[in-house]
Amino acid sequence: MRNLPVLIPILPLASAMLCLALSRINKNLGKYVVIGALTVSFASAIGLFVEVMRTGETIHYYMGGWKPPLGIEFVIDEMNAIILVAIAAVALFVCIYSQPFFSEKTRRLKRQKDNSNYADGTTWLEKGGFYALYALLSAGLLGMTITGDMFNLYVFLEIASISGYGLIALGGDKSVMASFRYLLLGTIAASFYLLAVAYMYSITGTLNMADMAMLLAAHKNSPNVFIAVSMLIIAFGIKMALFPLHGWQPDAYTYAHPAAAPLIAGLMSKAPALAMLRYMFYIIGVDSPYVAKALTVIGFLGACGIILGSVMANAQRDFRRMLAYSSVAQIGYIAVGLSLGNAYGIIAAVFHILIHAFMKSSLFMVIGAVRYRYDEVLISKLGGLNKHMPLTTVTLVIAALSMVGIPPTGGFFSKWYIIMGSLESGHYFYLVVLIVSSLLNAMYFFRVLETVFINKDAELEEVRPKGRFELPLQMLVPIVLFGIVIIAIGVLNAHIVADVLSLGLPEVLAI
Amino acid sequence: MNSTELFNLLNDFLASKGIYALVLILFFLGMFGMIVCKNYMKKLMSMNIMQVSIIFFFLCFAQKEGGMIPVLDGVTNDPGAYINPLPHALMLTAIVVSLGTTGVALALLMRLKDKYGTVEEDELLGRISE
Repeated sequence: MRNLPVLIPILPLASAMLCLALSRINKNLGKYVVIGALTVSFASAIGLFVEVMRTGETIHYYMGGWKPPLGIEFVIDEMNAIILVAIAAVALFVCIYSQPFFSEKTRRLKRQKDNSNYADGTTWLEKGGFYALYALLSAGLLGMTITGDMFNLYVFLEIASISGYGLIALGGDKSVMASFRYLLLGTIAASFYLLAVAYMYSITGTLNMADMAMLLAAHKNSPNVFIAVSMLIIAFGIKMALFPLHGWQPDAYTYAHPAAAPLIAGLMSKAPALAMLRYMFYIIGVDSPYVAKALTVIGFLGACGIILGSVMANAQRDFRRMLAYSSVAQIGYIAVGLSLGNAYGIIAAVFHILIHAFMKSSLFMVIGAVRYRYDEVLISKLGGLNKHMPLTTVTLVIAALSMVGIPPTGGFFSKWYIIMGSLESGHYFYLVVLIVSSLLNAMYFFRVLETVFINKDAELEEVRPKGRFELPLQMLVPIVLFGIVIIAIGVLNAHIVADVLSLGLPEVLAI
Repeated sequence: MNSTELFNLLNDFLASKGIYALVLILFFLGMFGMIVCKNYMKKLMSMNIMQVSIIFFFLCFAQKEGGMIPVLDGVTNDPGAYINPLPHALMLTAIVVSLGTTGVALALLMRLKDKYGTVEEDELLGRISE
């Protein structure tokens, strides 16, 4: 029990190292090791969550027994405990979902149609490489969430990013260029993050987050803090695809390998968002004048992103690209939640990180499944999906309603808390933005649903015969499960907010 | 203000902050290159220049006047006599990360060159949309 925190990132990391070597022996061995490792980390994350809830205390784990501020520390409080569970769950179930993309059948069918030339595991290197990168990405995301050390966060950020570039590049034709452009922007982000760390380190001489928070209290007005805060906005802004810095994101999400896209789209922008929250509210603190200004900037950018992302999503023909632009809008909600700077705002932001991880990954799983069976990604071609894949369509509908924000799905409640927060702090501007964007969201998702249920002209053309179920079970179970989870989070929102998230608020804002 | 004073002022600035000005120039030179160059290989090289400038920045503020290398020499146990070794250790990690990033980027460029026969952005955009 004492060593649970370290198991969470270490096991996927170790399995990534083993995966390639084991895949050399047997093509499936590496995959099973990765799935096993992710299962154990998921179990550990749940164990930690239960432990934090039971004792009500923040868990600290000291790497190698070196006490902070000298050693690296892992910190699990109420807020990141629940996000850890979400990340581990998405990583595990998307990994299970990914398996049929590498089956023998996939390869035979692909020869007939050259539309989808993503990596399909023809060689051991391709299959082992995919799962090794996948495990690395999971380890990076989990590590970013759990760590309590600023430089350690940088290392995990880069682990996640570099493996992310690889997974995007495996997606076929246009993906390599998308990946390269993301690599350039991602490296700029990482460089700015490193500079921000340098500026804060040079006035305090510590890298531990809790220690930094304590020492920075004496430097609230220092110009170093100003520079650090501006650089953090750029760094995390690029990584979480905040509006004017989102240029890499639509291509990267669209062309990513279909088996990895749910994880990339669902989580790669969420972990930096949580890190941003940590810096603004826990390390530097809202009482610094620079953070207050920074939050205004973030909120404004977020609001622009919400509107522009939704408008752009309306203009897309490709379902994946539509989802990518809708991600720009959804990240805007998180940014607006942060910028409110009060308890409701933070609760809304974290709640939205949680629910959006499941919504976006389930939508990408749905389109991945459609691509698997019909090799189709255009919205206009989805007609009659409800007859061919009823269970998948149910999840599609649930996730779409949740994106629009209709109760009892989870998406409604994050918007609800944003509205509560903006009423409390008097930011009525965000209220208007939220209503307009909900209408825009409704427009583009109901366009999809209309095609699916009503448009009879666009019948889907099967490229893969139906098995016993509408999809292989490995794909179907995660899809259905995520649909249930979205509703469950919505139904249980009062518990999540009152018993979990409000306990993890920073002290100055506690309610 | 006569020329000697001005010279002294410049001298002081260069002696105390000059290195930071150079690092700043290097950083923005790298970023400028990444934005302006149309060739992906040049973009990548500019990226490396930018990363190197950050490494320099860390190493610069680790220095202090009269400090010696952080190896315990048996003469003094006073931490003030040594320079701060931590930024150097951090930068070792950062160098490894930048090596990894460059490796991945080069692999991607090889794929692009294989597939489309060019790494010029304009030509690539034309050939991909075909």
